[in-house]
Amino acid sequence: MSDSSFVRTEMLKSEAPPTMEGSVLGWIRNNLFSGPWNSLLTIVFGLLIVYVLAEMLPWVFLSSWTATSLRECREIIPLTYGEGTTGACWAVIRERYLQLFYGFYPRELYWRVNLTFVLMLVALAPILFPNLPRQLLYFSGVYPFLGYWLLWGGTIWTPTLTLAGLIVGYLLFNFLSEKRGLLIGVIVGTLLIIFWFLFGVIPITVFLSENVTPLAIEIVESEQFGGFTLSVIIGATGIAASLPIGILLALGRKSDLLIVKSLCVGFIEFIRGVPLITLLFVASTLLNYFLPPGTNFDIILRVVIMVTLFASAYMAEVIRGGLAALPKGQYEAGDALGLDYWKSMRLIVLPQALKISIPGIVSTFIGLFKDTTLVSIIGLLDPIGLSKAIRSDTAWNGIVWELYAFVAAVFFIFCFAMSRYSIYLEKKLETGHR
Amino acid sequence: MTIQIVALVGFMLLISWLISNTIQNLETLGKGVDLWFLFETSSYDINQKLIEYTSRSTHLRAAFVGLINTLIVAVLGCITATVLGILIGILRLSNNWIVAKIMTCWVELFRNVPVLLWIVFTMAILIESLPRPASFRGENPESSLLFWDSIAITNRGTYLPEPLFSNGLGDISIFGIFEVSLDLVAFLIVLFACIFVSNILKKRADKTQQNTGHRPRVWPYRIAIIVIPPIVLLYILGFYLGKPELKGFNFQGGIYLRNSLIALWLALSFYTSAFIAEIVRAGILAVSKGQTEASYSLGLRPSLTMNLIILPQALRVIIPPLISQFLNLTKNSSLAISVGYMDITGTLGGITLNQTGRELESILLLMLVFLGISLGISAVMNWYNSTVKIKER
Repeated sequence: MSDSSFVRTEMLKSEAPPTMEGSVLGWIRNNLFSGPWNSLLTIVFGLLIVYVLAEMLPWVFLSSWTATSLRECREIIPLTYGEGTTGACWAVIRERYLQLFYGFYPRELYWRVNLTFVLMLVALAPILFPNLPRQLLYFSGVYPFLGYWLLWGGTIWTPTLTLAGLIVGYLLFNFLSEKRGLLIGVIVGTLLIIFWFLFGVIPITVFLSENVTPLAIEIVESEQFGGFTLSVIIGATGIAASLPIGILLALGRKSDLLIVKSLCVGFIEFIRGVPLITLLFVASTLLNYFLPPGTNFDIILRVVIMVTLFASAYMAEVIRGGLAALPKGQYEAGDALGLDYWKSMRLIVLPQALKISIPGIVSTFIGLFKDTTLVSIIGLLDPIGLSKAIRSDTAWNGIVWELYAFVAAVFFIFCFAMSRYSIYLEKKLETGHR
Repeated sequence: MTIQIVALVGFMLLISWLISNTIQNLETLGKGVDLWFLFETSSYDINQKLIEYTSRSTHLRAAFVGLINTLIVAVLGCITATVLGILIGILRLSNNWIVAKIMTCWVELFRNVPVLLWIVFTMAILIESLPRPASFRGENPESSLLFWDSIAITNRGTYLPEPLFSNGLGDISIFGIFEVSLDLVAFLIVLFACIFVSNILKKRADKTQQNTGHRPRVWPYRIAIIVIPPIVLLYILGFYLGKPELKGFNFQGGIYLRNSLIALWLALSFYTSAFIAEIVRAGILAVSKGQTEASYSLGLRPSLTMNLIILPQALRVIIPPLISQFLNLTKNSSLAISVGYMDITGTLGGITLNQTGRELESILLLMLVFLGISLGISAVMNWYNSTVKIKER
């Protein structure tokens, strides 16, 4: 054995990293010019971006914010920025943005809309972010009635009495379902609430406001609602109401009870088979046929009812997907623990199924919010209906890009925020089953 | 069991309550429920009709014209949206950073803004920014026709060259309801026959390849078989293109695509393409990377890997949601009413409803038609889905 072993005593100097790794140049090469085909794509799309920006940026910034009509805009812009400039006429937004946001809501009452919106965020917070104190949920429960009162005005007794009726009905249901079984509880509770709505609320309201105190704020008619306020009202109400109905429908569709199941399937498939616009036609023309003669209730309420039905069918399908994705063992585990149907659903199945279906639920929400624009077809003045009105105004006749770009941008912000929230929630709830 | 009975009774009560209300309301208004109004004279015009229709035709025929218009835009939209969606979905997975980002922007931009806004926006852009027909006039016109004076894009619509036959076969009337050009029928028959023959050649070649390992060179023959006979047929029929010409205030001749159709078509297909792109992307990502690696280790080239290994597996994930996107597009086409495109919502649910005052019947019929279309599309696509499904043992 020859003694040829060699042990290095000092450290080698570290090599410089390869020039192409971790440097900007390397990144560019890997991601933009990794081959002839990729380089070509990069160049073509790069030129496209440059072209679009070169066309768009001057248009956006060489603009007029002060003109009072489109013609004036077209005169001012070449005067300010030199001959031949065609800039945007943002003045239309400056002049009409209040209308686009609030519709024809009385100007001195804008604070009520703003307050309702802020309170909505407060009411949503405990639902969206689970680490907030749970007591806030009580506020979320009261909020729909408060919001209704703030927006439409009138006496506070109607919403209060309605809320009181619902609470009493719920308590009765709780009491009876423990003593006499679930079915009796549901029937008696529901009947009581319907009876209260039909015969209790209005006479007592009249009595209280005449004999005690009206406690009323100024009434705003539904015709005065419009713009993004209207979209958010319809969207938020539809979203809030469609989730529970959707859960019930999904459970009905998954259940073994033949009649319940076929009713649910029929409802879901019917709603999913027709366009929303036909349902809105029903709301605007047919709903009055279906109700007792002489009933003539608010158009916004009618639209909200139809939008809710529409969204709940889609919601039901999304939740059914979640229910189906859950391993059968979970259902059996619930049964094995001796829980009854509702308890096992509430404590074991639904929390997991809803978690799986969050992306679908949020995209249904986004879809619903976008679909609120359809109300412009039946004559409500949502942002698109208002845009149409503004475009037919003589001062702004012929304006296209500025107006629609603004409306699109606002919708984009709402919807994009929702989709980001869904991604956040998905990551947060991912407890790692893989 | 009790729950079922209670549910049934409750449902019956609800339905009978609604029906009795309706009957009462109709009585007070003095209206009955019948469908005879469909056979009355419509006395309104429809601006886009593929079958013969005048203002003296019946409401039923108007609804039928509208239905055809709905189907036209739905089919056009589905095709464009699928092509665009697949392209964008694949490009979004590209290694090229700039391409992937632009495609992400496209997807987010289109799916986060309401489709109705896209439709009215596109319509407004078409009307406001395209040249007027008058600007094509004169010695030195501001605008000119595209592609050798054959396509005119104006703010009143787009005019395409029209295929015409100098010694054509004429039209044939089917049940006296609508007329079909015999030339088109003859052309399609010949084309399909040629494709059929060429497929037989392909199968033979496949068989030879399987038996001997050597593939005979058939593709030149296949192309010749598909291309030559139709061209000969077109020559015999005296085929030529009728180009649009500026006469008076507008273009005459050629195929006239209304702006409402184009706006609806573009907006619907761009909007839906964003959703389809996401579906395609998710489908491709759902195929595990091991499949690609396995295919490479078998020595398949990237293009073959995509065609033989990835796509067949991805298709199974892609098709079910794709079906519901097609359904959505078809249902969204009912927004045509906002740009004045006369689809079935515009005829049956719009003018017919307003003229006859038959809200109940019109809207219920409209819903039935859409239900029928939806069920039809899902049936066809489900059949296709079952043909590409995994055949398990």
